[in-house]
Amino acid sequence: MKKNITQNIGFFLLFACIIATLFFLGTIIYFIFTRGIQIISWEFLTQPPRNAMTEGGVAPVIVGTLYLTLGAMVFAVPLGLACAIYLCEYSPKSIVVNIIRISINNLAGVPSVVFGLFGLAVFVNFLNFGVSILSGSLTLGILALPLIISASQEALVAVPHSIREASLSLGASKWETIKRIVLPTALPGILTGVILSIGRVAGETAPILFTAAAFYKRGYPKSIFSEVMALPYHIYALMTEGTHPDKQKAIAYGCSLILLFLVLFISGIAIYLRQRQRSYHG
Amino acid sequence: MDSNIKMRADKVNFFYGSTQALKSVNINIFKNQVTALIGPSGCGKSTFIRLFNRMNELVVNTRLTGKIYIDSQDINLLCIDAVDIRRRVGMVFQKPNPFPKSIFDNIAYGLRVNGIKDKNFIEERVIQTLKKAALWDEVKCRLKESALGLSGGQQQRLCIARCLAVETEVILFDEPCASLDPISTGKIEELILELKKDYTIVIVTHNMQQAARVSDFTGFFLLGELIEFGKTSDIFTAPKDKRTEAYITGRFG
Amino acid sequence: MNYKRIKEKIYKWIFTVLAFSSLFFLVGIMIVLFKEGTPIFKDVGFFKFLFGSKWYPTYEPPDFGILPLILGSIWVTAGAIIVCVPLGVGSALYLNELAGFRQRQFLKPIIELLASIPSVVYGFFGMVIVTPFLQKTFNLPTGLTALNASLILGLMATPTVCSIAEDALSYVPRSFREASFAVGANRWQTLTRVVIPAAGSGISTAIILGMSRAIGETMTVLMVAGGAGVIPKTFLDPVRPMTSAIAAEMGEAPMGGDHYHALFAIALILFLITFVFNIIAEIISRRFRIKLGLSG
Repeated sequence: MKKNITQNIGFFLLFACIIATLFFLGTIIYFIFTRGIQIISWEFLTQPPRNAMTEGGVAPVIVGTLYLTLGAMVFAVPLGLACAIYLCEYSPKSIVVNIIRISINNLAGVPSVVFGLFGLAVFVNFLNFGVSILSGSLTLGILALPLIISASQEALVAVPHSIREASLSLGASKWETIKRIVLPTALPGILTGVILSIGRVAGETAPILFTAAAFYKRGYPKSIFSEVMALPYHIYALMTEGTHPDKQKAIAYGCSLILLFLVLFISGIAIYLRQRQRSYHG
Repeated sequence: MDSNIKMRADKVNFFYGSTQALKSVNINIFKNQVTALIGPSGCGKSTFIRLFNRMNELVVNTRLTGKIYIDSQDINLLCIDAVDIRRRVGMVFQKPNPFPKSIFDNIAYGLRVNGIKDKNFIEERVIQTLKKAALWDEVKCRLKESALGLSGGQQQRLCIARCLAVETEVILFDEPCASLDPISTGKIEELILELKKDYTIVIVTHNMQQAARVSDFTGFFLLGELIEFGKTSDIFTAPKDKRTEAYITGRFG
Repeated sequence: MNYKRIKEKIYKWIFTVLAFSSLFFLVGIMIVLFKEGTPIFKDVGFFKFLFGSKWYPTYEPPDFGILPLILGSIWVTAGAIIVCVPLGVGSALYLNELAGFRQRQFLKPIIELLASIPSVVYGFFGMVIVTPFLQKTFNLPTGLTALNASLILGLMATPTVCSIAEDALSYVPRSFREASFAVGANRWQTLTRVVIPAAGSGISTAIILGMSRAIGETMTVLMVAGGAGVIPKTFLDPVRPMTSAIAAEMGEAPMGGDHYHALFAIALILFLITFVFNIIAEIISRRFRIKLGLSG
């Protein structure tokens, strides 16, 4: 019965692994939730900061994150989708296209701080947009681009070839087939990819460090050329700068909770959608 | 040219890369008749009918020589748009391939992409074609439901109805019953005989009994060549070629 | 030519242009890194830059040796691997082998969801909870150490590793297991001798991608690694991995100066490292798919 003893020990270890994983990750959420909830109030969500970031709320910070995320999506979704459509539908199958596919996959794994440097060199300095919402959005957009391209490509490839043929055989042109058959069928998959990348972009800090973020900015951003406060950067800045570490820490807890909630909520929608698609396709 | 000839292939060769799939095929397809193409798998019959609506253009690295005519017009001329050809020559595929849309939208699709916007007209045409495809009674209460909920046989009749709606002149059937049960197959065959009045029909099939049941003319393909072509009754009772005889009597295939 | 055909051409043209402009951005990243990074190699010398043991970019004269930063990254990544491989792969095995259908339907999305927690939140947690804990436990001058960064990074990479590894495990055909049971192996033997070897390359892809994520992660290490740019001696020393050097110093480096170029050069090296990791992962996962008879 030695065989079964080994099995029991082995299975116990595996069980311990998942319990440990869930425990540690749960701990993070627990701490941030219980401490963060103490500071969150209506005022915290709707007021600008006061008294050198030690009192008041974080409304402009939340708004800043929304602007940056929105800007990134406005830029990345059409471009990424167009790129995926071109690669799946229009491009001839060749070695060049394959290389392009592989490099897109690879770019999805490039460290986000590298994207930040690119944004700094190109948008902030070369194009002279300065440290601004525009620079930050474009940088985040480029970070999201490979994610959106590969998710859209996956969704487009999953559309059966037979219904494209059916559409063409009825006298629909290629574009009509794409617009009326391929895109609607691939839409849930594309949407999932886009939502996941929203979650990712909203939580990214490194790309906006030198392209968009400011620790303190009075009031709400006025144009796309103004610097902006953003939740992830704000958490970092509260913990490393400023003069009232304790009060700032409390605010950082609040910001972390808001960010965590935001990102988990967005990603939750995407994962729910994906789960539903999986079970739909059997 | 004989006015009874709807489509004609003239010395057609077709290549996938360096493999030759069709070797100098000549054939006449007669108007308002059913022409069956039979032969073992991989003999080029499916490739061949896809030339009549230029579907092979979608496959990369292929080459065509020779001419294909519809109503004495060369369809591969540069000035002719494949889209226009496909509107005139409909196709029903091996596996039913309804769009993931409602039954109604499946039929209306062809009309809409051809620029028809009149709602009443579309609705009338949808009803009319569903009736023609003998599907109306089964689906009239659930036109707004997804076509994917239909059975395989119903889906295939829907695909036929989809062709009828755009008023094609020719319908190409590429093994339409390959994935269907005998009862559904029977319904499709009845439909084909019914449609013959208004359309020119070409059907590729593996099933020789089916060819004998529905067709007026039969062509036998082997390894990319059209071995024999003639009246179905002649081919099945008195084949001229040894290979045709061998295939029909079931010695290979 | 009719109207429709022209429209069709225009659409194709638009998509081609848009596709290539997005590729232009992606290629642009490489160009910028090379253009802004390589000047430092000319000034300092490639090997001296890579293997120099002193990183004092703001001294007069400055020292640009990034060995301490590279070692910092390696230490932290290695530590993260020690944490995330057992946890991630173990959890994946549990989910695939032991969890019932319902439990798995429930836990898999949760693990995927946890993979989306932003890194700055992990960093924050590391600073406020783990740091004081480590400081007290080991009686250290500071809790911001390589150990802290390793723990947090490892924890952060765990859901990613688990999710990818579980995907790989679920691709192993049921017939493999059945064949093993049929000769009298128990579940554990089947798991260790049939399932794990069959999914081995898939699992290694998961580990490599986890490593790639750990080595490129910025905010967490910036917040909890301590930031000392010297060669670390133990896990309880503070370190300054490459990513955190870039993030911390870019703000002060004058544009176009040596320091600026040096930071871009670090980014270039980082880019190449993750590029190699990803290529390896790609190759292994392609082989894996071929081995299991899935389409490449």
